Amino acid sequence: MSTHILSLLVEDKPGLLTRVAGLFARRGFNIESLAVGHSEIEGLSRITVVVDVENLPLEQITKQLNKLVNVIKIVELDPEQSVAREHMLIKVRVDNSTRSQVLEAVSLFRASVVDVAADALVIEVTGNSAKIAAFLKLLEPYGIKELAQSGLLAIGRGSKSITERVFKN
Amino acid sequence: MSTESLPTTPDAASNAPVISGAEAVVRTLELIGVTDVFGLPGGAILPVYDPLMDSKKLRHILVRHEQGAGHAAQGYASSTGKTGVCIATSGPGATNLVTAIADAYMDSVPLLAITGQVFSHLMGTDAFQEADIVGITMPITKHSFLVTKAEDIPATIAAAYHIASTGRPGPVLVDITKDAQQALAPFIWPATLDLPGYRPVTKAHGKQIQAAADLIVEAKKPVFYVGGGIIRSGASKELLELVNLVGAPVVTTLMARGAFPDSHENNLGMPGMHGTVPAVLALQESDLLITLGARFDDRVTGKASLFAPNAKVIHVDIDPAEIGKIRAAEVPIVGDLKDVIADLIETYKATPAAKSADFTEWWSTLNSLRKEYPLGYSEPTDGLLAPQHIITRIGELSGPEAIYASGVGQHQMWAAQFIKYERPNAWLNSGGAGTMGYSVPAAMGAKVAEPDRVVWAIDGDGCFQMTNQELATCTINNIPIKVAIINNSSLGMVRQWQTLFYDGRYSNTDLNTGHDTVRVPDFVKLADAYGALGIRVTKEEEIDAAIKLALETNDRPVVIDFVVSADSMVWPMVPQGVSNSYVQYARDHAPTWDTDE
Repeated sequence: MSTHILSLLVEDKPGLLTRVAGLFARRGFNIESLAVGHSEIEGLSRITVVVDVENLPLEQITKQLNKLVNVIKIVELDPEQSVAREHMLIKVRVDNSTRSQVLEAVSLFRASVVDVAADALVIEVTGNSAKIAAFLKLLEPYGIKELAQSGLLAIGRGSKSITERVFKN
Repeated sequence: MSTESLPTTPDAASNAPVISGAEAVVRTLELIGVTDVFGLPGGAILPVYDPLMDSKKLRHILVRHEQGAGHAAQGYASSTGKTGVCIATSGPGATNLVTAIADAYMDSVPLLAITGQVFSHLMGTDAFQEADIVGITMPITKHSFLVTKAEDIPATIAAAYHIASTGRPGPVLVDITKDAQQALAPFIWPATLDLPGYRPVTKAHGKQIQAAADLIVEAKKPVFYVGGGIIRSGASKELLELVNLVGAPVVTTLMARGAFPDSHENNLGMPGMHGTVPAVLALQESDLLITLGARFDDRVTGKASLFAPNAKVIHVDIDPAEIGKIRAAEVPIVGDLKDVIADLIETYKATPAAKSADFTEWWSTLNSLRKEYPLGYSEPTDGLLAPQHIITRIGELSGPEAIYASGVGQHQMWAAQFIKYERPNAWLNSGGAGTMGYSVPAAMGAKVAEPDRVVWAIDGDGCFQMTNQELATCTINNIPIKVAIINNSSLGMVRQWQTLFYDGRYSNTDLNTGHDTVRVPDFVKLADAYGALGIRVTKEEEIDAAIKLALETNDRPVVIDFVVSADSMVWPMVPQGVSNSYVQYARDHAPTWDTDE
């Protein structure tokens, strides 16, 4: 599998997400993850999308996305030159004999406990995909009852921004 | 960034006349320069129809089915290069436009579709005649807008028109809620376009143009692979100059018939599944495809991985996404063909080696193919008329200044093959979508746009039955189109495939409209019922007289029922899914051609 991280600056218009998601579906592009939220400029949103380009060149995906009138800018983020994070909430089964082990894992991974019940903990963890995967593997034996995960968020390193590149003219 | 935040001065807003959203629709269309619209009213678009009645600048043509409005707007656009406009109400009115919108999307036709939508407070409640037409048309429009505020109407329609008509043209839909049509708002004009994400590239990079010129100079077997983009760009004149300069052969795709004159000696005709043998094999054996506004459609390439295996590719298109979509290009050029070709002409002239370019050997190969495999057909053995002959005579008697709009199927291929096209915008058809029923309404739209030209609908008996109710529109609005029904009493192209690939098992292709059948419907009676002149032709000696009578009749539409053989087939043909090297000149007759070369 060959994945790429694309960052899209888009106009915050009704149906925008449908347009992007629909394009992926009908052109047969694979989305690994998708995260949408406001950007620093009012009226503009930022979509971080991880695409699997095993069957199609990335170029074709970016060209088709660029044809969407509400898409203003697309940048591929080089993993070396950017910071990428995922965010996850995990409900893990605990009892008196396992709670301390789980808490130790939480501490080692710099995760945090956000809810406590007699037989479960809700843990919040942030990190890159590899860290999250390792953390999940560690928790698995205790019993993961529920899991909610955000799409990957990514931003370029250094002082430059996508919006600067778009609006400098 | 909605249009609310348009940077208008307080002055402009306070001095602006306050009018209803419905009036704003009409006034915006007038100010953009629209003169003709095709449509059919209904509840959710009723407010717009009231001021429309008073407009002195807009001619509204009331169609009998919204699909007819859509195709008429397409025909209007394709015959002129202007943007076609159609109007429908919400729900079923809007969904009836969908086929035409999809068709315009596939063939890059500039089309503005305006639909009424239910009151905004009813949206999402499954209200009467509610359909999410913006959602439905998302995959088949260049862009779409939902307008819920009267003040947004001028800027949105202006933006939609701009998007439809610039860059790679295409359909744009504007869906306007009934409350937005009824509300009052200041009408601010000119509207400010707010499209930060829409910037079509028109001017190509000089380095790429030089690279293209260099490849042409080096080539031994170049071919101009010309697509519909030439017509949309209005670049026929430039293309002619370039071809005369370079001296290479030209093939014109189904969408490009007329982009380059058929009478020009460099024109090898149409490539593709039913292309001429010289055109198909020229592409196949070429070492350089000079691809101009074409998109390597599967009907042209056959099996794409085996298409033109030894050719380098120059690919010019205004849509960057077309380049590299199917075939990688050695020299990709994004730009408007009119500008790119003009630049290429200058650059080529300035390239020293251009003078020594010599395609004599290539031409001698191609000329022998031309001599050996000219377009032709065999006479039917059942004594019925040959459709190819009829279509040839329509073309010869009507001439290159006429407009020919075809339906989809065998008659479409014959009309593409046997009519000689000398100018762009003379040949209208549904190339990408393959929409049966395109012909009659498209011809109607073309005749509205070009009232002084002879406009033919070359139709099949199957296609004709899908949209022939627009004959009423034609008769009542004095739009005297001429319809030639190539009546083989069947869904002919499907039947041809059944003959060739399904052992002649004719499953559900018999329409009972032709020779020796019950003739339901009787096309002559049907023409008569619609107030058109109906003529039936069954004998060869009647053909010319009928065509001449049609050409002389301009006080009403004409429908000629040409009763032809059901056994006539479209040749040449490349069977689906194989290399174009396997082109068949006629049944079981492949050209002798060294494909190992």
